[in-house]
Amino acid sequence: MNETEIIKVEHLAKNFGSFQAVKDVSFTVNRGDVFGFLGPNGAGKSTTIRCMLSLIQANHGNIQLFGKDLHKHRNEILARVGSIIEKPDFYRYLSAEKNLEIFARISGKDVSKKEIAGMLDFVGLNGRNKDKVSGFSHGMKQRLGIAQTLLHQPDLIVLDEPTTGLDPQGIVEIRNLILRLKTEQNKTVILSSHQLSEIELISNRMVIINKGQSIIEGDVKELLNAQEMVVQLEVNDVEKSMKVIESSFPQALAKNINERIIEVQLEKQQVPSLNQHMVQAGIEVHAMEPKRKLEDFFMKIIQS
Amino acid sequence: MLLKNTYNEFVKILAKPRSYLGIGALTLLISVILFAMKADGKSFISFVTSSFEQTLSFNGNILNGNLIAFIILQMLIVHIPLLVSLVTGDLISGEAAMGTIRMLATKPISRTQIVLSKFIAGAVYTLILTIWLGFLALVVGKWLFGSGDLIVLNSDGLVILKEQDILWRYGCSFAVAYLALLTISTLSICLSAFAENSIGPIVTTMSIIILFTIIGSLDVSVFDSIKPFLFTTHMASWRSFFEDPVPWSTIWNSVLILLAHNVILISIALYKFNKKDITS
Repeated sequence: MNETEIIKVEHLAKNFGSFQAVKDVSFTVNRGDVFGFLGPNGAGKSTTIRCMLSLIQANHGNIQLFGKDLHKHRNEILARVGSIIEKPDFYRYLSAEKNLEIFARISGKDVSKKEIAGMLDFVGLNGRNKDKVSGFSHGMKQRLGIAQTLLHQPDLIVLDEPTTGLDPQGIVEIRNLILRLKTEQNKTVILSSHQLSEIELISNRMVIINKGQSIIEGDVKELLNAQEMVVQLEVNDVEKSMKVIESSFPQALAKNINERIIEVQLEKQQVPSLNQHMVQAGIEVHAMEPKRKLEDFFMKIIQS
Repeated sequence: MLLKNTYNEFVKILAKPRSYLGIGALTLLISVILFAMKADGKSFISFVTSSFEQTLSFNGNILNGNLIAFIILQMLIVHIPLLVSLVTGDLISGEAAMGTIRMLATKPISRTQIVLSKFIAGAVYTLILTIWLGFLALVVGKWLFGSGDLIVLNSDGLVILKEQDILWRYGCSFAVAYLALLTISTLSICLSAFAENSIGPIVTTMSIIILFTIIGSLDVSVFDSIKPFLFTTHMASWRSFFEDPVPWSTIWNSVLILLAHNVILISIALYKFNKKDITS
């Protein structure tokens, strides 16, 4: 492991009785990454993250954080990690401030009351310091969770489904917060999410896991660019368009969606000439929209 | 870190309404007993002493604070375990039910320290409950009923203890009663390490107490070998301090067995919690 590698997971496996939740997961997170952790439900994402935080003991494999073995240096490592697993849960009968005081006290660093107030302000909960958490909305709890995560100035932030249950405004707020953590504080963030668009928007690297195995890992842009592109065309004559595509791009896969729209899968560099061929054939192209998004890539990987 | 988390545990216990429920219930129960004794204590006493009146004459203030404290201890030592387990049975499983166990277990504090801090907090809560019981029974009892010699009826007959010979006995009996309640606290925290909800460990603790008490009271030889090792057998050992002479060897035996229970239960809880996969 070199100095830039913050997390190194190798051949992780975990069984719950006869059920194999994680079979073989390996990935590396580098310093400063916003690392996307993708996979369908039941793929083993949460189990892997829980193993990384010592909530679950793996049956097999190695986990190194900050270049140190997790089991041998657990407390030292966890003092440098902030996390939200699935959803942040707090002592409902205590105020936001008291909750943060409790977690700050065992965070491994001295956190003053002023810093706690500052953190509540940072996540937009100023004025609610003394309110009991029982009266907080899901979004407020999520923001309090972020405050709890950042309180002790961790080097690594692990967020497991941080936007679950949030309204669109809440999702944008969390997204912006993660981007601020990366740009302003150069934190390393590992982000597990079902919101694939979230990963595409804010992650620079990612791993996709399925059925307990890591399938692919790499730079988000490189992985997406390496794939063929799907373009959605809105045309005035679908039949004629299909013939043009068949004759001009025999390798491309064309699909008739409805009487005005077709989808074409082809090489990215062929897209400009596709438009050109259509226009030359006298077809009116009303819209041309690249459909290659992470969702398509994800589905392709999972289905393969 | 252990001290810091123990402090956290106190903060949590103090903030939970159920913690005051135990103290409130104890206060109410003792108030009812004190009121009943004040209202009709003399007939209660004469019912007990009537069988001895042909051979003994009772002079002075028999219904005094010392006797009241003894009656209260006798009556409540069976019920206080419920009040103890109400709080201590929730200490680990309550965190699992709320989900906060995830937050705790991802902090740089060992699981052993998490569990030990809960045991310490549970022990302190039990101590507060015992001290409150002692205060209400003995201090308030003496204030309301005055002081005097203590007449205790046990299996050997009547034991009369001089007023100046009683206080140390109460001190020691409350210490042993505390050890018995501490065993209940430890048992419920241990069960709490196995559960994911609050009610399970509380109900299981009470079920174990009832089961062991029934086994202890059944006069069947098949249970004779295990009876001396059941903690419930030793829960009434505090009474031994009101015998004359005090059976020290019996008391020490009870203390050792209760201490052994505490050590074993703490060890089981530590092993279980350290091995536990936190999936809640």
